[in-house]
Amino acid sequence: MMDSLLSQKNKSTLPLEYSTEEGDLRIVGFWIFLAAELVLFGTLFGTYLVLQSHTAGGPNAHDLFEIGPVMAETIVLLVSSFTCGLSTMELRRHNNKGLIGWLIITILLGLVFVGLEANEFYTYAAHEGATLSTSAFLSGFFILLGTHGCHVSLGIVWIIGILLQLRKRGITPVTARKAFMVGLYWHFLDVVWIFIFTAVYLTGWVI
Amino acid sequence: MIESIKSFLGYFFVTGDPMIYGADASIALASIGIVVVLTYFKKWKWLWEEWLTTVDHKRIGIMYIIAALLMLFRGGVDALMMRTQLTLPNLHFLNSEHYNQVFTTHGTIMIIFVAMPFIFGLMNIAVPLQIGARDVAFPFLNALSFWLFFAGAMLFNLSFVIGGSPDAGWSGYAPFAGAELNPGVGQNYYVLGVQISGIGSLATGINFLVTIIKMRAPGMTLFKMPMFTWSILITSVIVVFAFPAFTVALALMTIDRLFGAHFFTIAAGGSPMLWANLFWFWGHPEVYIVLLPVFGIFSEVIATFAHKTLFGYAVMVWSMVAISVLSFITWLHHFFTMGNTAPVNAFFSVSTMLIAIPTGVKIFNWLFTLNKGRIEFTTPMLWALAFIPNFTIGGITGVMLAMAPADYQYHNSYFLVAHFHSTLIAGTVFGIFCGLHYWWPKMFGYLLDERKGKWSFWIFMISFNICFMPMYFLGLMGMTRRMYTYPAGLGWTPINIVITIGAFGMGLGFIIMAWNIIWSAIHGKRDTTGDPWGGRTLEWTTSSPAPEYNFAHIPEISTRDPLAAMKEGKTGDLRKSSKPYEPIHMPNNSGIPVIMSGFMFIAGFGFVFEWYWMGIPGLIGVVACMIARSFVYNDHHYIPVDEIEKTEAATGRLS
Amino acid sequence: MKNLITMIKPAILLLALPLITGCSDKIAVLNPQGPVARSQYHLIIWSLIMMSLVLAIVLILFVYVLARYGRKNSKGFDPNDTGNRKLEIVWMIIPVIICVLLAVPTVQTLYALNHPPKATATPAKLAGKTLTIDVTSVQWKWLFRYPDQKIETVNYAVIPAGTPVKFRLHAYDAMNAFWVPELGGQQYTMTDMPMKLWLQADKPGNYDGRSSNYSGRGFAHMTFTIMARNATDFDNWVNDVKQNKPALSLNGYKKLLQPDTVKPQAFSSYPKLAEKDLNKAQMQALEAGKSTKNDSMQGMKMDKNMDMDHNGKGGHHDD
Repeated sequence: MMDSLLSQKNKSTLPLEYSTEEGDLRIVGFWIFLAAELVLFGTLFGTYLVLQSHTAGGPNAHDLFEIGPVMAETIVLLVSSFTCGLSTMELRRHNNKGLIGWLIITILLGLVFVGLEANEFYTYAAHEGATLSTSAFLSGFFILLGTHGCHVSLGIVWIIGILLQLRKRGITPVTARKAFMVGLYWHFLDVVWIFIFTAVYLTGWVI
Repeated sequence: MIESIKSFLGYFFVTGDPMIYGADASIALASIGIVVVLTYFKKWKWLWEEWLTTVDHKRIGIMYIIAALLMLFRGGVDALMMRTQLTLPNLHFLNSEHYNQVFTTHGTIMIIFVAMPFIFGLMNIAVPLQIGARDVAFPFLNALSFWLFFAGAMLFNLSFVIGGSPDAGWSGYAPFAGAELNPGVGQNYYVLGVQISGIGSLATGINFLVTIIKMRAPGMTLFKMPMFTWSILITSVIVVFAFPAFTVALALMTIDRLFGAHFFTIAAGGSPMLWANLFWFWGHPEVYIVLLPVFGIFSEVIATFAHKTLFGYAVMVWSMVAISVLSFITWLHHFFTMGNTAPVNAFFSVSTMLIAIPTGVKIFNWLFTLNKGRIEFTTPMLWALAFIPNFTIGGITGVMLAMAPADYQYHNSYFLVAHFHSTLIAGTVFGIFCGLHYWWPKMFGYLLDERKGKWSFWIFMISFNICFMPMYFLGLMGMTRRMYTYPAGLGWTPINIVITIGAFGMGLGFIIMAWNIIWSAIHGKRDTTGDPWGGRTLEWTTSSPAPEYNFAHIPEISTRDPLAAMKEGKTGDLRKSSKPYEPIHMPNNSGIPVIMSGFMFIAGFGFVFEWYWMGIPGLIGVVACMIARSFVYNDHHYIPVDEIEKTEAATGRLS
Repeated sequence: MKNLITMIKPAILLLALPLITGCSDKIAVLNPQGPVARSQYHLIIWSLIMMSLVLAIVLILFVYVLARYGRKNSKGFDPNDTGNRKLEIVWMIIPVIICVLLAVPTVQTLYALNHPPKATATPAKLAGKTLTIDVTSVQWKWLFRYPDQKIETVNYAVIPAGTPVKFRLHAYDAMNAFWVPELGGQQYTMTDMPMKLWLQADKPGNYDGRSSNYSGRGFAHMTFTIMARNATDFDNWVNDVKQNKPALSLNGYKKLLQPDTVKPQAFSSYPKLAEKDLNKAQMQALEAGKSTKNDSMQGMKMDKNMDMDHNGKGGHHDD
C-alpha cells in the first residue's frame, strides 16, 4: 500500500487519477472487473442467441420489436456516453464545475434511457402479453436487456454518490479516480448496448 | 391460527428424523457454548476488533482455513453417511431422499466450501509474503470476499435444519433441479448459497490478479516469481473468466425457480442442455482453479525439501498457462452422452487429451526436481510425494474418460467417481494438507508435530487408496453414482465393504490431523527463526508469524529463490537492512464487509423462502453498505517507526 | 523402502486389472456381448495398455529417485541441475505421440457408432431391416414402444439377437441415461430432443440395464432388462404379447406417467397419444386443453401442486 518508487517518480506526468499507487491499482482492478463483466454479458448473449428461436408459440422477435423506441434508446445512450466522455475531459482539465455539469447531464440521459426501456418492456407485457414467463426466447430477452438496464440504473446511483463527493471535496486523486472509473463503466455499458442493438434488435428485424 | 403456525413450523424446520434433531441440538449447544465462552472471557471486543473487522490478509487467510476445515468436517461426515448406507445391499440407514440430499451437499460443500476457501486461505497467507508486499491490492475487498463466502456457506448449511437440503446433485442438472420437478426451498438454498460465495470468489480473483501484477517487490520480474505465486496468478485469470458464466447460470436458474422464467425448464422452449453447457463452462475451469494452486504448492514444497531449484521453471510456467487455456475448451466432455454429433465429441475428446500433455510435463519436471536432490521426508513433503503416483492414476483415467466412445461406458458410473476423487483428493486435498503443514509455522509461529503429522498422512493416504481404487472396478461392473442402494447378487457387495473401510480410514486420518492441530497448539515446537524448513522464498525471510506489516523494509530481489541465493552467499542479507525505518502505510479495519455480508445472508434467506419482504430489504442493506463505504475517506493509518523497531527487535531483526 | 511399496501398491493393483478381469464376467463393461460394446471394449483395453505404460514410467522414475536420493547421505546431490532442454522436449513429444495413438481410434470409433452394426441374423418379419424401439424414461421407469409391432413394454424389452436395434430415446420428465453395459455405452434421454442409440446383441441372453443419470427418489430402482432372443423366439414373443396381453388404455398410460416405480409389464397396444412422445409440460398443456403458448405459467403452477404430493419432503415411506 506504500507509494511505489515508480509512481513517485512519475507523479508529475501522470493524470491525477493515476497519481497514487492506490488509484493505479484500483483502475487496473476495475479494468479486470470489466473483463469479468464482459464474460457475464457474453454468457447472457450466448443464452439469448441459443433461445432466440424457442418462442413456444408466443410472439417472436419480428412480431415484437418496434424500430422507433429502440432507436430513441440507442441515441439517448450514445449521447450520454459522449457527455460522459466530456466529463472526463473536464476532469483532466481539473474543472470541477464542468465535470459535475456533464455528469449531471449524463445521468439525466441515463434516466431517460431507463425510462424508455421500462416503457418498452411495459408495452410488450401489456399489449402483446409478452412476459418473462411466456417463452424461453422472452426469458432470454428480458434478462439480457434487464441486466443491462440494471447496470445503467446502478451506474446512475453510483454517479450521484460521486457527485456528492465531488461537490464536497472537489477534484482530489481519490475523487478523480472515482469519476474516471465511473466513466469507464458508462462507456462499457454503451458498448454492451451496441452489441444488444446488433444481436437482439437488428437480427430480430432481419429474421 | 394455531394450526397454521404448526403447519408453518413443519414447513420451516426439517422434521421427522432423529439425525436432524441431533443436528439441531448440537448447533444450538455449540452456538450457546460459543456465546458463553466469549462473554465469560470478555472476548467480544477482541473478536470484533481483531478478527471480524480485520483486513489483514494473514488473518483473513486463517479465517478461510478455519471455515474450510469446519466445512471439510461437514462434507466428510456426509461422505461417511453415504458410505455407511452403501456398505451392504438394501440397507435402510438413510432413505432415498436423505441420501440424495447428502450426496448433493457433500459435493457442493467439498468443491465450493472446502477446496476453494482452503486454497484462498493458503494464497492469502502466502502470496503477499512471497512477492514481498505488505498486503493484497484491495484489503477491504479481500475481507468482503471472505465474509461473502462465509455468508454463502452458512446459508447453504442452514438448509440442513431449516426448510430442507437441495437434492439435485452438486451439478444441479436441469430439468430435475427446476421448479417443475423439484419444488420446495432446497434448490433455492443451492443456487443462492453458491451464488453469494461465488461473488466473493470472483472478487478474490480480481484482487490477486492485481496484487501479483502490480505489487511485486522491486526486482521480482514475472519469471522470478515463486511457482506458487505463478499458479495463483494463472488461477486468478481463470477465476475472472470462468466465474461470471456460473454467476449467470445460477442467476438464470434462480429466476426460473422464483419468477417462472423458462431458461432451463421442460415447458415453453426452455433448454435443459443449456444449463449443462453453462454449468460446465464454469465447472471445468473450476477443476483447474482448485488444481493449479496445489501444483504451485507442490512445486514449492518439492523444491524446498529436495534442496534444489525447481527443474524446468519456464516449462512449468508455460504448461500451467497451456492448462488454463485448454481448460476453457473442454467443458463438453462432461456430457459426451447428451446427443452431440460425432465431430463435436471428437473435438472435445482431443482437446481434453491435450491437457494430459502439459500435466505430464509437470509430473516429469517434479520427478527431475527430486532427481539429484537431497530429499528430506517431512510431513509436507510426504503429501507432495504421495501426490505424484496417486494423481498420475487420476490423470491417466482422465485420459481414458476423454475418449468419447469409451466414456459412453464410464460416464456417471463409479469409474467416474473414482477418477475425480483421484484427482481432487490426490491433487487438491493432498495439496491443501501439504500447504497447511508447510505454512502453518508462518501462520501461527509454531510447527505441527511431525510424528502425528506422518501418522495422519499414512493413514489418510493408504485409506484413500483402499477407498477409491476399488471404485474403478465397481464402475466397470455397472454401478452408477448417486444410487442410494443396490440389490444383492451383482458382485458389488465385497467391493463396497472395502470402500467403506477405506472411507472410515480417511476419517481417522483427518481426526489425527485435527488432534495434531490441537496438540501442537499447546506443545508444538516454536519457530523463532521464521525459517523452520530451510525455505527458498521471501515468506521465510520475515518472522513467524509475520508482523502486521509483513516486511519492515520491502526486500529487493535479484534472483529466483532469493532466500536460497542469500543462504548460498550469492546476495546480501534480506532480513536486515541498514536503511532507517519509515512509517508504514496500512489499511484500516472495517466492519462494513461483515455487516454487508450479513445483509447478503438476510437477502439470500428471504429469497430462498420467496419472502420478498425480507429479501428486498436485505439487498437494499447491501447497496447501503456499498454507498457507505464509498463515503469513507479515512481508510488508512501509519505504523510509527518506534513500533516497527520494537517489533523487529523482538524477532532479532533489528540491525 | 517399505513406505515406497505402500505408496505404489494401488498402481500395481491397477496394472493387474486386465488379469483380474480376464476371468470374471461380473465386470459388465469388460464382458461385451455385442458389436457396439466390443468396439468400446477394444478402445478401453487399448487406452489401458497405453496408460499403464505411462504409469509404469512414472512409477519407475518415482521409485528410482526416492530410493537413490531419499537416503540421509546420498551421493550425487547436484543443486545446479535445474533444467535440461533436450529431456524436456522428449517428455513433451512422448505424450503427444500417445495422444495421437489414442485420438485416432477414438475418432474412428466415434464415427462408426453413428451407423448400425452389421446384422448377423434377422427375424423373418424384419428381413433386411433393423428394429426400432422408442424408449421413454419416466420418473422412475422405462417405457419401450415398438412402433412397427404396435406393442408396448415397461421395464424390459425383447430384441432379436444379431439384429441392429435403433433405440430412440426420449424423456418425459427428468433427464435419465439409458445404459446396458454389456451391449454398449449409454446415451441421455431428454425432454426436448430425441436421441439415437444403436445396440445389438450377439446371442440370446438377458442383459441388465439401468438409468445412469440421477433423476430423483426412485432413481436407484430404475432398472430394466434387455432380453435378446433368437429370430423365431422374438416373432413368437411379439405374437404372444399381441394376443395375450392387455391393451394399454389412455388412462393406464397416464397412470404410468406419474412418478413412481412399477413392475415390468407388457401391453398388446398403446394409445395414439403415446406416439407423440409428449413431455410432461406438453402433456399438462394438453390436459388443461390449452395451447402451449398460454399455458406455460399455468402448467408450472399445476406442477408445483401435483409434485408436492410425490416429492414433498419427509413424512413418507421409502421405496
